[in-house]
Amino acid sequence: MKILTLIRQVPDAEARVRLSGNTIDLDGTTVVMDGMDEYGVEEALRLRESGAGVDEIIALAVGPKRNEDALRTALAMGADRAVHVETDERLDAVSLSKVVAELAKTENAELILVGGQEADWDSQALGAATAERLGWPQLTWTNELKLEGDKLTGRHDVDEGNESFEATLPAVVTTQQGLNEPRYPTLPNIMKAKKKELRKDDLASYDAASKVKFIGAEIQTRARMNKIIDGKDPQAAAAQLIDLLRNEAKVIK
Amino acid sequence: MILIVAEHADGKLAKATLEMVTAARGTGREGPITILVLGQNVAGVASEAAAVADQVLVADSASLAQYSAETWAAAVAQIAQEGEAHTVITPGSRSGREYAPRVAVKLDAPYLEDVISLSSSGAGLQAQRYTYLARVTETVEAQGAVTVISAKPGSFAPAAPAAAAGEQYDVDLDLPQSRVTITGKSMEKSSRVALSEADVIVTGGRGVGNAENFSKFVEPLADNLGAGVGATRAVVDAGWRPYAEQVGQTGKTVQPKAYIALGVSGAVQHLSGMGKSKFIVAINKDAEAPIFKVADYGIVGDVNEIVPALIEASKR
Ligand SMILES: Cc1cc2nc3c(=O)[nH]c(=O)nc-3n(C[C@H](O)[C@H](O)[C@H](O)COP(=O)(O)OP(=O)(O)OC[C@H]3O[C@@H](n4cnc5c(N)ncnc54)[C@H](O)[C@@H]3O)c2cc1C
Repeated sequence: MKILTLIRQVPDAEARVRLSGNTIDLDGTTVVMDGMDEYGVEEALRLRESGAGVDEIIALAVGPKRNEDALRTALAMGADRAVHVETDERLDAVSLSKVVAELAKTENAELILVGGQEADWDSQALGAATAERLGWPQLTWTNELKLEGDKLTGRHDVDEGNESFEATLPAVVTTQQGLNEPRYPTLPNIMKAKKKELRKDDLASYDAASKVKFIGAEIQTRARMNKIIDGKDPQAAAAQLIDLLRNEAKVIK
Repeated sequence: MILIVAEHADGKLAKATLEMVTAARGTGREGPITILVLGQNVAGVASEAAAVADQVLVADSASLAQYSAETWAAAVAQIAQEGEAHTVITPGSRSGREYAPRVAVKLDAPYLEDVISLSSSGAGLQAQRYTYLARVTETVEAQGAVTVISAKPGSFAPAAPAAAAGEQYDVDLDLPQSRVTITGKSMEKSSRVALSEADVIVTGGRGVGNAENFSKFVEPLADNLGAGVGATRAVVDAGWRPYAEQVGQTGKTVQPKAYIALGVSGAVQHLSGMGKSKFIVAINKDAEAPIFKVADYGIVGDVNEIVPALIEASKR
């Protein structure tokens, strides 16, 4: 059984997001594998280590050249090989799912792991759209997963609370916090990863044009009032805050 | 027609549904505003929906008792095709954002996800949405005969009832069997105001100290203010509070009038869930904590001293 694990490369959470003109400019910004996708790579490795008959773990990224770094990280964590569909074109999640679904078919993958909500485009759509294109079931916001034969069991979050589930492969699983603690690649593994296959692929062969046009982006920093009170006298500070909330902001009664 | 998929729970229409009606009206697109109600024993929900819509389609069946992305997507796509909907709006809840992409694929339509505003733009629709952990507001445009949209909770004002109640129709659907079997459920309902509906939220972070302190002072303060209780991931990971209360990237997105953060550092992943609150209040003993950068009001002090004083002061 093969697992396809999707990788997006996003600005490090602490990095400043900059605009150039009306688009996001990542030049010079520290970019990393999306934390959500890291859970996916880790989970694929753990499924294999649990004896679940995993033959191969393939990491896939669609995006600009710099994504190679994120793929190398996945390889250093333990993925067997990587596919990079290199493009500077901006695809929306639903269009991108076409590429993922096609690749899953040609690679004969039976399980796809995707981050629950990617930190660049704040979207939860990629896993679901990929599942639909393949005609597979999906399990989103998964925080516990087991695989025995072709049977998946686990737990995931829903609108209010969580559910335990059962499903049969093939399936798409979206990952999130709590699923696992991703490992750090060790130096020997980083060296080994340099020799693993990183195949380049061409977006043009996928017929995946974006259906959503990007018009512009803005960084809106709402000016905050920043009235900070010294709490040395707790009673006075509390009274002052309540007064501000009641009479200035008028948000409480 | 504009097709809206109702969100409801416990036999009641959720505020999100009224928000979607406002979003639909704002598109300026033609055709009746139609609400689709999926579920079992949803007559009450359907009549609540009729108050704000031109028409309500009701699919009330045992096979819809349990939500499933596959079933919901099939139902919505089927109705959208038969009714020739040009716009399909789903809630931006976890479930809504889970089946909406499947609907978009089925209809071969562009998908505008988690939008905060909508307007028509010639042949298509323009929308704004947040990206990069809600630090960026992006404008996107969908062109095509049909567009699928999910509307971010709290971004549109709830619609007022229409002049006349819409007609209700029962619909029969040909639904696939979900291939996911649910073997257990744990609903983390709190007796307090739901975070998505609360005007005021009091959130505790690791600085609150322990689970007991949540009952000792976070909850009483919330009660005095008629507020919902929220938590950071650190608190949820520590098992002090249920996951249902987590606010942030992997928790809930909230937009109350006042967000009161007690002992919360203000990590970007947390800010991405609450940074759009109207007024942000921070109480933290570290004057350098990042949360103060986004605060309208703040107190530099120990929550153990400040919160009991706030409980007193908020009584009057
Ligand atoms: C992929 C990913 C997703 C994430 N999603 C989320 C999410 O959805 N929600 C979320 O919240 N986090 C999320 N995080 C975690 C986030 O990065 C932070 O770790 C977390 O928000 C910190 O929680 P905290 O502020 O409660 O704790 P801390 O960072 O430990 O901060 C505690 C604060 O309390 C103050 N304090 C301590 N004692 C007192 C006292 N007695 N009185 C007053 N102040 C005191 C301290 O000065 C400090 O500022 C995510 C992280 C990742 C990697």
